[in-house]
Amino acid sequence: MPSLNMIQALNSGIDTAMSADPNVLSFGQDTGYFGGVFRVTDGLQRKHGLTRSFDAPIAEGGIVATAIGMAVYGLRPCVEIQFADYIYPGYDQLVSEAAKIRYRSGGEFTTPITVRTPYGGGIFGGQTHSQSPESLFTHIAGLKTVVPSNPYDAKGMLLAAIADDDPVLFFEPKRIYNGPFDGWHDRPVKPWAGHELAEVPEGSYTVPLGQARTMREGSDLTVLAYGTMVWVSLAAAEEAGVDAEVIDLRSLVPLDIDAIVASVKKTGRCVVVHEAPRTSGYGAELSALVQERCFHHLEAPIQRVTGWDTPYPHAFEWEYFPGPKRVAEAMRRAMEG
Amino acid sequence: MPDGSIPPQDRPNAPKLSLHIPEPAGRPGDAPDFSALPLSPAGAAPRPAVEAAARDTHGLAYDLIRVLDETGQAVGPWNPRLDPDHLRRGLQAMILTRAFDDRMHRAHRQGKTSFYMKCTGEEAIAIAQAMVLTREDMTFPTYRQQGILIARGYPLATMMNQIYSNASDPILGRQLPIMYSSKEFGFFTISGNLGTQYPQAVGWAMASAYKGDDRIAAAYIGDGATAEGDFHNALTFAAVYRAPVILNIVNNQWAISTFSGMAGGGLTTFAAKGIAYGLPTLRVDGNDFLAVTAATQWAEQRARSNLGATVIEFVSYRAAQHSTSDDPSRYRPADEFDNFPLGDPIARLRQHLTGLGEWDDERQAAAEAEAVEQVRAAGREAEAVGTLGQSRPSVKTMFEDVYAGDDWRIREQRQEVGV
Ligand SMILES: Cc1ncc(C[n+]2csc(CCOP(=O)(O)OP(=O)(O)O)c2C)c(N)n1
Ligand SMILES: [Mg+2]
Repeated sequence: MPSLNMIQALNSGIDTAMSADPNVLSFGQDTGYFGGVFRVTDGLQRKHGLTRSFDAPIAEGGIVATAIGMAVYGLRPCVEIQFADYIYPGYDQLVSEAAKIRYRSGGEFTTPITVRTPYGGGIFGGQTHSQSPESLFTHIAGLKTVVPSNPYDAKGMLLAAIADDDPVLFFEPKRIYNGPFDGWHDRPVKPWAGHELAEVPEGSYTVPLGQARTMREGSDLTVLAYGTMVWVSLAAAEEAGVDAEVIDLRSLVPLDIDAIVASVKKTGRCVVVHEAPRTSGYGAELSALVQERCFHHLEAPIQRVTGWDTPYPHAFEWEYFPGPKRVAEAMRRAMEG
Repeated sequence: MPDGSIPPQDRPNAPKLSLHIPEPAGRPGDAPDFSALPLSPAGAAPRPAVEAAARDTHGLAYDLIRVLDETGQAVGPWNPRLDPDHLRRGLQAMILTRAFDDRMHRAHRQGKTSFYMKCTGEEAIAIAQAMVLTREDMTFPTYRQQGILIARGYPLATMMNQIYSNASDPILGRQLPIMYSSKEFGFFTISGNLGTQYPQAVGWAMASAYKGDDRIAAAYIGDGATAEGDFHNALTFAAVYRAPVILNIVNNQWAISTFSGMAGGGLTTFAAKGIAYGLPTLRVDGNDFLAVTAATQWAEQRARSNLGATVIEFVSYRAAQHSTSDDPSRYRPADEFDNFPLGDPIARLRQHLTGLGEWDDERQAAAEAEAVEQVRAAGREAEAVGTLGQSRPSVKTMFEDVYAGDDWRIREQRQEVGV
């Protein structure tokens, strides 16, 4: 089986979907001839033709809106928003339209679109290339929001997203496109090559949306994470010397509540980790759910490790980014509490 | 048909529909081809009175206002008749901007910063405009108008401090390199989000009008970003409220790897987009310092006379890569800039001044050496403070300016960091 990085795995995912279904097409800014600023759609135009993989005007509202129109017709567009930080002009179309068309039409019209977008920090991208806006979408009934953390899941989840009959926000953690960055920014970067989760099958397979993956079994505490933070949490468990059970949520909506509840009931402690700012972040939802469903099993307050409630600052990348040290401290607090 | 509709075989568009995707004239390996770019000879475009009705300017949306002819002579009704000192200052600012760009691009390659963007080939636009407007006016630039700051004498070392996010960065390391901000120099804080500031400039201009002030605003947007809804919001509001603003469109032919046709550039001109809003529209040779000056003066006088906004398209070419993250050899013919019909703004102004007997090769060489030395001196000053990562503002500033006042969450989070 070939060892692929996340970019190649995503590319293979779109390619596989386009090969299997002529109703699948891909467009976005610079995604056609050039193959995307992160190269995710590289070669698709050459292989599938100009009308199936093409460039879009710089208008995120237009990209999402035309994808919706195509989906209403019966296509399954998979569009790219170049950076999640630029998704906001498309927000109205996602919130007011994509999320509600099935409901308001009594199920008559549907919008099976996939909106791929690189998100997250750790690349010295400043405030407009680093944001993690996932909770702006998890809050919206009618949208699905997913975040893969490795090449295998990236391809399988993308195929599931494209096949899904509802609109899916597909957040790609760009810091780990090329390797499972664990937050130790001053240590050498590992590539994906040779990693077991970089073994990506050719052809079609899906990773169903709504199933978490236990990345590490443990008995001391449960870590709930997604995207880059999965790898940071694994490194933090080592740093803290804690037998953590690290759960990669993979899908925020739909959420694998059973996996969460089973794990927290087992460990009695919970640490929630995300890059996005703390206030109203997805961690708030996770904390509430764990508290509501596992209260009598909890032996310590739930800990949240998140980005700060400030814009993402260029000079303070590593003070802002919730690295393994901060996650490890939270683990220790959870063990003491 | 039973429902009264026309049977398929009788429909006029009987051939099957097909989806149209525009493509540029050339890709890597192809010969550069600008035959689709509408040009007019220098001096040919008429100059309406500043008080002209908007509709009397609409022909100019399809023309090209040019002053400098092939031999470098200033011709026609748009000749701004600038004195040689003004021209020399413009040329020097362009030379300095290019030297600054070269140095900072290299600084990125040397690992001194995370990012850089050049404006090579587009220097005339920002610089000629900065020399028409005053510092009290407000410019709303994109990342390619560093020439405004440089023309106004903003300290180069301060620009570098921003690029290095060091302890002397006036915006405290918060922004990506080149996203400058200077109220004092009439330079609004640059956003990385395209198009957002275009309608904000209109709002600023409306405020100036509301207060009975005499200041005007100038907004900038790239050809690519005109596709954003914000562009259209700006034109609607500017027209409706007759806002004293200059709405500049910098058409440098490319938006990263995407040619201007993907923003509708092949179907009409960008200037012509203003027609439907009832705004006056000028299409200008953006590599002709004199034409840029003349068009800006026209729009400026109009705005200051309470006659409202003007849309100006500047036709130019993005000679460098989009940014340090980009490699244009992957998507466009390598020698497009060499074959761009409007040439290089520095070479053209130099030729003009030389023709006037106000410049020569020696002075050019001296100006280039002087620019390199100025940039080098600024570099020494900024690097003494530190390049990215060597020096930075105090960490506690990360938690400041989120709000005007205090917020317990931010206070607690700052304490968590221990600063
Ligand atoms: C809202 C938004 N969408 C996408 C981007 C990413 N992006 C940055 S620059 C750029 C191309 C802009 O092209 P153009 O407007 O022609 O300006 P130029 O770079 O040519 O000066 C793109 C797509 C962004 N910064 N903001
Ligand atoms: Mg452009």
